[in-house]
Amino acid sequence: MAEIVLDKVTKRYPDGALAVSEADFTIADGEFVILVGPSGCGKSTTLNMIAGLEDISDGELRIDGQRVNEKAPKDRDIAMVFQSYALYPHMSVRENMAFPLRLAKVDDKVVRQKVEEAAATLDLTQHLDRKPGNLSGGQRQRVAMGRAIVRNPKAFLMDEPLSNLDAKLRVQMRTSLSKLQKQLGTTTVYVTHDQTEAMTLGDRVVVLRGGIVQQIGSPQFLYEQPSNLFVAGFIGSPSMNFLPATLADNEVNSPIGKFALTDRIRSLVEAAGAPREVILGIRPEHFEDARLLDESAKSGGATFTASVDVLESMGSDKYAYFTVEGDQATSQELEELAADSGSADVPDRGSQVVTRLSAASEATQGGSLEVWFDADKVQLFDPSNGKNLTYSG
Amino acid sequence: MAMMATRTPGRVFKWTVVDVVVVVYALVPVLWILSLSFKTKDAIADRSFIPTEWTFQNYADIFKTTDFIRALVNSIGIAVIATVIAVILGTMAAYAIARLDFPGKRALVGVSLLIAMFPQVSLVSPLFEMERALGLFDTWPGLILPYITFALPLSIYTLSAFFREIPWELEKAAKMDGATPGQAFRKVIAPLAAPGVFTTAILVFIFCWNDFLFAISLTSTNASRTVPAALQFFTGASYFEDPTGTVSAAAVVITIPIILFVLFFQRRIVAGLTSGAVKG
Repeated sequence: MAEIVLDKVTKRYPDGALAVSEADFTIADGEFVILVGPSGCGKSTTLNMIAGLEDISDGELRIDGQRVNEKAPKDRDIAMVFQSYALYPHMSVRENMAFPLRLAKVDDKVVRQKVEEAAATLDLTQHLDRKPGNLSGGQRQRVAMGRAIVRNPKAFLMDEPLSNLDAKLRVQMRTSLSKLQKQLGTTTVYVTHDQTEAMTLGDRVVVLRGGIVQQIGSPQFLYEQPSNLFVAGFIGSPSMNFLPATLADNEVNSPIGKFALTDRIRSLVEAAGAPREVILGIRPEHFEDARLLDESAKSGGATFTASVDVLESMGSDKYAYFTVEGDQATSQELEELAADSGSADVPDRGSQVVTRLSAASEATQGGSLEVWFDADKVQLFDPSNGKNLTYSG
Repeated sequence: MAMMATRTPGRVFKWTVVDVVVVVYALVPVLWILSLSFKTKDAIADRSFIPTEWTFQNYADIFKTTDFIRALVNSIGIAVIATVIAVILGTMAAYAIARLDFPGKRALVGVSLLIAMFPQVSLVSPLFEMERALGLFDTWPGLILPYITFALPLSIYTLSAFFREIPWELEKAAKMDGATPGQAFRKVIAPLAAPGVFTTAILVFIFCWNDFLFAISLTSTNASRTVPAALQFFTGASYFEDPTGTVSAAAVVITIPIILFVLFFQRRIVAGLTSGAVKG
């Protein structure tokens, strides 16, 4: 168990490309930290630098207060679980799990006992003498975990360990992984591009974009107080709605109507020195079917009427999709997010708004609906640099 | 697997016929040589496929003199030494080519391809002159060196294909598990590359064993003459007698090691040894 400190850690490739730029954060002893971001954001490079599989160009990496930049992976006492599992195909499950202990020249009796303990934890006891080739995806994943936990390393590094599993198994493994980490209390760094995994697993989440750390915080904090457009758009599913808007006389003029800023937001926006043109961000759950609310509840927000393009009933909620006339909100961050999710290729006229309504809503597909939204929950962003003007963290 | 599902009597018959035709086409010359080797001197030209009178005289004849035995020893020694050296060098070079990025990598691959494509005939005269000047002519090293040179591209290409198939993450995993680069190679990469190494060894051995061009040009006595070259110097009892019988017997004898070699190592060339290492 150990504390891992990244002190302005930078990775620059020989061709000059900057993969990670001055990553500067501390992973506390026993903490579960998630590195998340779209592909190519530098999260795997960061993990490989902690592991020692890639050299650090600049800055310092400390494990337990000791500089380890120059140490080989084997001297860092860190275990890693790979996306492909990287099990040794010519060894049985038992030998796979025993491999790190054998290399450390541990006594044969101790090896047996430790492997059996780990196998029991991971429910692999009956598979110990099989070869990895004969195991299912979930079992291979557990063997990879077993190989990591068997020698009680200072920290676990996990590189998208669940992304090769099918959806149902992934959810199941996610909970057992979380339980296992709490039970062992080992410092864990986990890389994923899936924001759901990031939200559900981590004590803290580090959001990366283009090699630069965007924001670090607990999943809930990132969700409620994203520091910029990129984090706001990346965290949350379905993602936040963004609309172009103008700000004048403490009123927001947007494609979904004109509404007054609440006092809380007004003071934040004034302190941030907001420009006239802004991007308005509203999470889907901050909308509601206006018919379900009484007058006093409605007073804290504004309403607009639009026709429902698509209605998805999930049982517990209903998701209603609207198209709002006018330009789409544009900024570099939003374009990047769209490119990453592939939605940039979907032709679209106007902006689409996703709303999560109560299951009691009587909205119908194609029908017109009056929708209310909470004016105190809106977020405003500066289109030029993506900064959140309503950030109060 | 899809082929198995559509196994109908018609298809089975069709493929059986095709298989038989191919096997017969390939084996008839071999069986012809075999049959010649068992015929008596008078029956050599009798045009019957199965010898009317069986004899081991031809085999007894070739082992009567030291010429053939000496040539057999040369063949085995030279081919084995050349194979071992070419495979060891090839393994190291192929591993470097598959895994490392170093200056001159493209040049190395290019040069080895160039060697593989170079017509050997055009090199025989210069090699002959060089070996005479260096005192290598008609010695074992005089054949081993050119064999290694021409076998290396073959072994580098075959082996680097095998190394490329071994997932790199296995090596990273070994490093994370506490292995030194040497241990990672010995305990993880080498066992997985073994089928490739054996396949390459067989190919290189066959290349050295079958070579006639260098063997005839760079040797002059029994000191290093290998069997393919020695066959040329077989004579009958008299100058005018045709040595067909003994040549056939010698040809059968030198085919045996190749067959044994392939049968012995075939079991080790197990495909799909790497399955299960990674997802897929």
